[in-house]
Amino acid sequence: MALSFIFDQIFQTLKTLLDQAQLQITLHRLAHQLVETHLDFSDTVIIGMQPRGVLFADRIVALLQQITGNTKIQYGRLDITFYRDDLDKGGALQAPAQTDISFSVDDKRVILVDDVLHTGRTIRAAMDALLDFGRPKEVELMTLIDRRFSRELPIQPDYVGQSVDTLFEQKVKVYWKEKEGNDEVVLVD
Amino acid sequence: MSLSVKHLLGIKELQKQDIETIFKTADNFKQVLQRPIKKVPALRDTTVANIFFENSTRTRTSFELAEKRLGADVVNFSASASSVSKGETLIDTVNNILAMKVDMVVMRHSASGAPWFLAQHIDASIINAGDGVNEHPTQGLLDAFSMREKQGDLSGKTVAIIGDIMHSRVAMSNIYCLQKLGAKVIVSGPPTLIPKHIESMGVTVEYSVKKALQQCDIANVLRIQLERQHKPLFSSLREYALFYGVNKNMLDSLNKEILILHPGPINRGVEIDSDVADGHHSIILDQVENGVAIRMAVVYLLSGNREMPE
Repeated sequence: MALSFIFDQIFQTLKTLLDQAQLQITLHRLAHQLVETHLDFSDTVIIGMQPRGVLFADRIVALLQQITGNTKIQYGRLDITFYRDDLDKGGALQAPAQTDISFSVDDKRVILVDDVLHTGRTIRAAMDALLDFGRPKEVELMTLIDRRFSRELPIQPDYVGQSVDTLFEQKVKVYWKEKEGNDEVVLVD
Repeated sequence: MSLSVKHLLGIKELQKQDIETIFKTADNFKQVLQRPIKKVPALRDTTVANIFFENSTRTRTSFELAEKRLGADVVNFSASASSVSKGETLIDTVNNILAMKVDMVVMRHSASGAPWFLAQHIDASIINAGDGVNEHPTQGLLDAFSMREKQGDLSGKTVAIIGDIMHSRVAMSNIYCLQKLGAKVIVSGPPTLIPKHIESMGVTVEYSVKKALQQCDIANVLRIQLERQHKPLFSSLREYALFYGVNKNMLDSLNKEILILHPGPINRGVEIDSDVADGHHSIILDQVENGVAIRMAVVYLLSGNREMPE
């Protein structure tokens, strides 16, 4: 037991949640689910959450273009740094990323896209931020990994890649080929 | 991401990295200001007091807008309407305001060094909005930010600061800021308005405005501060305009395009002619626009350094 403890101290325990092949299948399934409800995306817009949700959203948008043939799907990026609710909690300020929403969200069906859903606070902030850009007809949430039973706010996803049960101290990391060189989702103890 | 300082007293105390951080954050806020709702709730739990012991319209409006667009609560306090005229000391005045749970103080004062003095005695973050003839850091930042927006990286660029250098806190903050960003600074104007030994700050002195314009990429024209000149330093405004005013002929005679800035308020026809101030060289209104974004960035970044109650 002492030995395995030392082992864990030296080597972080990694558990693969999705490998490259599984991730591909999941991405395709999610894209098809979106097409099922939104058809040709004529009044639907996709908003990727900065910084990491955008990498996920990039993939989804590319797949949607393939599937629907619609190359003009409206796609924006949203940064929520200035909408966080923990700015007064003494933590270091985070560097804000670009917000890039070049269209009106008034009366649009909005799909918020983020890689990991945990406490729900990021999505709370995102909804606040989104409403500063207009009044959408409806807002849906898509997440690649849903860390179940860890919500601090009443927020639930509409489209889920995979649900996992995790401890609060654990971390879920999503790696993308474009950024880290490989497609993988891992759970870090 | 935070600044190396708890207060923004002067640019002299900032690191180059701090200036870069402020510019980067200001870029983000500039984006916010172009949205239909020009407001974010980042500082909804913060109260800022704008304490102006000296008149100001644009700086104060700019600060107030910046604070409101960050969602902060704002109280304004001006010397004429205050107990200062009844003989209260600076520390007492500010402590009384802070006792009403104010988190941050933006102060303008006619005495050079007043914000430094205050910083030693109170806990709240202080932003200097101009102290005497010393510094006006947010103006220095927004000038450099506006220059960079038009001309890219300022390192290697030459900037001429023209006019009343002696009485200008804007000149001091500009010199510190531009030098930290790697630009070369020339100061120009009548000898009576250029402080002796200013070369020791690493700037070049050029008494001919025309020669200064020939050497520079960017010119920042300063206001003649008659209210601070207690004895005559040049014979008449007409003479000043003739020899040191920037006019269109002068700019046309240069075989290059330069950028013209002015921190305002403008004395039209004195230090700068109307056709220059309103011409295509001028980015005076960009400066005003950028002022709000820069002040949002400064207030936001300093709010992150607040000490938190346990």
